[in-house]
Amino acid sequence: MGAGRTLFEKIWVAHLVATPAGRSPILYIDLHLVHEVTSPQAFDGLRSAGRGVRQPARTVATVDHNVPTEPRGSPITDLIAARQIAALQANCKEFGIRLFDMDAPEQGIVHVIGPELGLTQPGMTIVCGDSHTSTHGAFGALAFGIGTSEVEHVLATQCLAQQKPKTMKIDVHGQLGLGVMAKDLALGIIGHIGTDGATGHVIEYAGPAVRALSMEGRMTLCNMSIEAGARAGMVAPDETTIAYVKGRRFAPTGGDWEKAVERWRSLPTDQGAAFDKVVEIDAAQLCPFVTWGTNPGMVAPVTGRVPEVNGLQEGERRAAELALQYMALEPGRRIEDIKIDRVFIGSCTNSRIEDLRAAARVAKGHRVNTQVRAMVVPGSQTVKRAAEQEGLDRVFLDAGFEWRESGCSMCLGMNPDILQPGERCASTSNRNFEGRQGRGGRTHLVSPMMAAAAAIAGHFTDIRNWKFH
Amino acid sequence: MKAFTVHRGRVAPLDRVNVDTDQIIPKQFLKRIEKTGFGKFLFYDWRFVAEGKPNPDFVLNETRYEGASVLVAGKNFGCGSSREHAVWALSDFGFRAVISSSFADIFANNSTKNGFLTVRLTDQQVSEVMRRAQGVDNYQITVDLEKCEARDDQGFSAKFSVDEFVRHCLLNGLDDIGLTLQHENEIAAYEAQHGVPAGLQDRGAVG
Ligand code: SF4
Repeated sequence: MGAGRTLFEKIWVAHLVATPAGRSPILYIDLHLVHEVTSPQAFDGLRSAGRGVRQPARTVATVDHNVPTEPRGSPITDLIAARQIAALQANCKEFGIRLFDMDAPEQGIVHVIGPELGLTQPGMTIVCGDSHTSTHGAFGALAFGIGTSEVEHVLATQCLAQQKPKTMKIDVHGQLGLGVMAKDLALGIIGHIGTDGATGHVIEYAGPAVRALSMEGRMTLCNMSIEAGARAGMVAPDETTIAYVKGRRFAPTGGDWEKAVERWRSLPTDQGAAFDKVVEIDAAQLCPFVTWGTNPGMVAPVTGRVPEVNGLQEGERRAAELALQYMALEPGRRIEDIKIDRVFIGSCTNSRIEDLRAAARVAKGHRVNTQVRAMVVPGSQTVKRAAEQEGLDRVFLDAGFEWRESGCSMCLGMNPDILQPGERCASTSNRNFEGRQGRGGRTHLVSPMMAAAAAIAGHFTDIRNWKFH
Repeated sequence: MKAFTVHRGRVAPLDRVNVDTDQIIPKQFLKRIEKTGFGKFLFYDWRFVAEGKPNPDFVLNETRYEGASVLVAGKNFGCGSSREHAVWALSDFGFRAVISSSFADIFANNSTKNGFLTVRLTDQQVSEVMRRAQGVDNYQITVDLEKCEARDDQGFSAKFSVDEFVRHCLLNGLDDIGLTLQHENEIAAYEAQHGVPAGLQDRGAVG
């Protein structure tokens, strides 16, 4: 057999249903997650072709993108959003699909609830009509985002015709420093390889700094893979993974569990397996980062400055100039001198219990700056309940943060949580594209600790110098 | 799916890199539950300065690019969100193809399902097309999927490559769900061997 196989190759091969000559291989999909925004047209397509859902049991739906984060039970004032949610409810009912609806105790962002319910497991193929499906790769699953036509394809066939992606290994040596979170690692990598640095590839994150991450940290890291252009991001399953999955609602039990764990232990990349591309990162070189531009690759250390654009190549320089114009920043400005108006702690990148704990630790005993409006949006109802049990909600509320219901919220502002034109926001989400959080809004991506600190200081500040109470 | 064979049309130059799908179709327009009607929201925040008021500086608002059906743009076109609405919006607006030196994977995938062509040329070739689209009046290009070639009347011509299977589907307007279902036996055999995990089987009283 020559050299060994990678984690990706093992999962890929195990899910090949057919490899028709001259066509894309057909891959079996173990788990299909569905939400309200990218699915209505797919269900319509099924109906008009007279097709059904092949495996409703392997299909799980929730509402997250559109839902208001005001207390549950308040009416949805956005009628078009309400119509979209109603469409998902009707479609799930018609096709017998499990739906964690608005009022369900399990409701939450699709990439938060999959793992926390134990739906996400090592070795699986997982798809969802959402690019951040890469999050689930943290478990050593092959998980990627698809468009609506492909959602329809999976509903109808439980398979996808896929060209085989290339593989990229990102090896992170050493250890992350104090105050440097998984988010900073993700931003550091994207800043290093660029927003198209991994296009056409599936990334496997490896090395001691990755192994040391909790499951939450690994999810943050894999979540941002798409921002480097990757098809998916993965971390090989290990004891941390197994301990996380164990006992969760949809996790295997009894003899099934033993068998599953044995299978999972065989998944990690074999010694000597080859990757199409390898990138080496030294964790010790990383620090807390802040994005200054309009894509996640435009990052600077918190201790640094908005970069000069003169040295850049033609296309990149123009992009940087447009970004600075949009962000109302000039080259050379110290990052710590950038004042903010809003703070958003949430999204499928950073809304899990550990993220909220980290932010709360920073917020404790401080007050949100009077010029700042800050909100915390837990990723799911489960996260929200856990946080409340630990008293994190009190910490946030006492410090002057808003404590909201779960959903995507201001990550993309499809619900009423949006930035006003010109407002500047420190956000733990994953995209700082123009208008992403509201037309004319200016987004800076940071870690949960950095976001909490910025809320209190009123400007970006190096968390490594923070006074914890 | 609409077939794509040969298309000739006016070229609009969008001289930006990393054009993301949030720009192509901002999220406030993703709430529709139909596939149609997205064209009027294409590049909304760039095309309009205020509610419904066109931005005179945006390229698609220049009369010389009216009716353009081929877009040329900088690298990494279509990055970001997986929203297929981006392709629907481009198509609905009248575009049939985008020329760039690289495309984000999901965007490229979505395009193929909608009879919409992503034409990948080299950086240099893209700059050349961009220059001509900016400089030549009523600049037209022919995108020929049969020959895998883009050419104009001024002597420019460039080959591009497309995955053979994708090309076959596009040329014939094939529905790839139907193609996958031709493998019903293999899918059924795979399912018989693997079965649905116990945890997922009991859906109780769903719906
Ligand atoms: S939180 Fe943001 S990135 Fe994540 S699924 Fe929701 S909208 Fe997408």
